[in-house]
Amino acid sequence: MSENILKELTLKIWRQKDAKSKGRFETYKIHNISTDTSFLEMLDILNEQLVVESKETIAFDHDCREGICGMCSLFINGRAHGPDDEVTTCQLHMRRFKDGETITIEPWRSGAFPVVKDLIVDRKAFEKILQAGGYVSVNTGGVPDANSIPIANDKAEEAMDAAACIGCGACAATCKNSSAMLFVAAKVSQLALLPQGKIEAARRAKAMVAKMDELGFGNCTNTGACESECPKQISISHIARLNREFLKAKLQD
Amino acid sequence: MSNFLTSSIGKKVIMSISGLFLIAFLIVHLSLNLLLIFDNSGELFNIGAHFMATNPIIKVVEPVLALGFVVHIILATILTIQNMKARPVGYARSEQSNNASWASRNMFILGGLILIFLVIHLYNFWLNIKLPELGTPLEITTVDGVEMENAYLMVSSLFKNSVFFCMLYVLAAIFLGLHLSHGFWSCFQSVGFSNKIWRKRLEWVGYLFAIVIGVGFAIIPLYFLAGFAG
Repeated sequence: MSENILKELTLKIWRQKDAKSKGRFETYKIHNISTDTSFLEMLDILNEQLVVESKETIAFDHDCREGICGMCSLFINGRAHGPDDEVTTCQLHMRRFKDGETITIEPWRSGAFPVVKDLIVDRKAFEKILQAGGYVSVNTGGVPDANSIPIANDKAEEAMDAAACIGCGACAATCKNSSAMLFVAAKVSQLALLPQGKIEAARRAKAMVAKMDELGFGNCTNTGACESECPKQISISHIARLNREFLKAKLQD
Repeated sequence: MSNFLTSSIGKKVIMSISGLFLIAFLIVHLSLNLLLIFDNSGELFNIGAHFMATNPIIKVVEPVLALGFVVHIILATILTIQNMKARPVGYARSEQSNNASWASRNMFILGGLILIFLVIHLYNFWLNIKLPELGTPLEITTVDGVEMENAYLMVSSLFKNSVFFCMLYVLAAIFLGLHLSHGFWSCFQSVGFSNKIWRKRLEWVGYLFAIVIGVGFAIIPLYFLAGFAG
């Protein structure tokens, strides 16, 4: 497959000076973009162009650019992480766009994810939920022998599926209710499935759900939008498990 | 169970329990209503309606059913308001049809339309039976020597004489079917009864149930409108 060139693209990008300012869309033109360019590289090229023009560059989140850190966000043409399924924005390439297309780029929209600048949002809300109980309290001691705690293969697999969550926020960003249930479910599920995490399962489910509600995320209505946009394909079956864990914990009270 | 009802999952659990209760009611309601089209003399339906009106269990369940509706509607309103508040600034462009079904994204609107229908429906039939002084009292008929209200005449004359009401009832059945196409499965998911295997099963049973309820209720007015009842 030979490299193709997108001669001209129109970019409608959200610009916002800081958290307190009112933002607006700005329109930019960008020329001669190779289809092999990644979406973030395209934004880098645009920023270089803005530097040459002595304009302020566009702020956006990115880090590993390998699809594993969960740092890049962006709502591209109405979808979290753009038109591809199961990828983060850094793994999205310009071959998914047509020459002459207008691309709308917005930050995650959620009351719990306030915009910091341009396309960057503050995702500390997820950290706060994790701090509420998304961990196993470790009592340090000697290193345990390998395989001293037997774990069934299917449980280990399911826990690993949940552990694939990179905390990017696409679930809450795409959910029509801005609910963080898939994120919380992945964290609760991952630990509740394993014997090490099971001990604190009840306390964890209650604490994390309470924190999620407190931070102003919406209520889950089971539309399944989160799992379709999740770059790590985390299933809403984990949400069913979270509901179970939460109910069990509350019934024990 | 401290602050269970104020938590997001707690509210959803109550939502799904009330929903399951309303689903049970729909099954009873449709089963009885289908007697309308299986006996053109109306005797079967009148016996059924008379049985329901005089059964002590139904008398007890009736206020519970009303409560089920009230709880379902009030919680839906609270949840929807909270969900709208959770995203103060919306997206300029949002392509949600890609990742979630239309019905699942519009449950509150569908529910609202069903509520409007419910008010009309209660005015059409329930009022005449329960509060005859405000509506049109039913005629008395005798089936097998037992005197009872002629509910069949009330229902059949409405559908025979009004294309408008027939269409309204068909439309409501479609809305109800759509509401259930997401609601049925969602009830089980919200109480935690789902996993990768059961999700597919419940979704299919849900679709089937939605079709049975939607088509079941829709054919009754159409049956009268088409003149099959004579």
